[in-house]
Amino acid sequence: MDNKRQYEVVFIVDPTVDDEVARLTDSFKQIVTDLGGVVTKAETMGKRQLAYEILHQKEGTFVLMEIEGSGREIAELERRMRVNDRVLRYLTVRVDEDRRRAEKLKDRRTRKAAKKTARTSAPARRGGAVEFAEPNGE
Amino acid sequence: MSTNYEERERPRSGGYDNEDDQDRRSMGGGGRGGGRRMHRRRVCRFCIDKTDLIDFKDVRLLQNYLPERGKILPRRISGNCATHQRMLAEAIKRARNIALLPYTTD
Repeated sequence: MDNKRQYEVVFIVDPTVDDEVARLTDSFKQIVTDLGGVVTKAETMGKRQLAYEILHQKEGTFVLMEIEGSGREIAELERRMRVNDRVLRYLTVRVDEDRRRAEKLKDRRTRKAAKKTARTSAPARRGGAVEFAEPNGE
Repeated sequence: MSTNYEERERPRSGGYDNEDDQDRRSMGGGGRGGGRRMHRRRVCRFCIDKTDLIDFKDVRLLQNYLPERGKILPRRISGNCATHQRMLAEAIKRARNIALLPYTTD
């Protein structure tokens, strides 16, 4: 089994502590790397209106992290986020399986397209060959 | 409930215009004639665009499938294929979880 998993972690930080976002993100990154994970991406999606109130907050700063690892660092990261009052909400999604599937579909599609063009490039010849072959078979 | 499904392919029940009435009669009417109700050109947007992944962070896209009330637009109205509807529903639910989309709006 391939034990390198990819995750997307999105968390919402309390916007009233704006300067804290960078620090928080860094500390989370540290946690992940300490446990052997790799943070492939960490970006702030900015302050956004929440679709509904969370802890009486109507706004939140969204941060997106992409993590590669075994899954242990995710457990720890989630534990930390759960404990932290600044983090209003978090969501972790495992993405490697879906991405691989998407890749596969895309591959299949391109191969199919290639086949199709190959078939249409020489259709008359093949049709002629079949016609000749038929009376021989009967 | 006043959802603006009108701009979609199919009108809602109760909102049939003449053309649809005819269609319905020919099917036996009463909504009892099995699953299919009438034939309409139905296309899956995602199939046309060849989408393999629907990202839950793509709020703009997801919002198209979330009418006023905030409920997920059923496939019979949007015309999505089963695969993409499933992906879409999953994405919407994830987006709801992190407050990118509402669970309900009233």
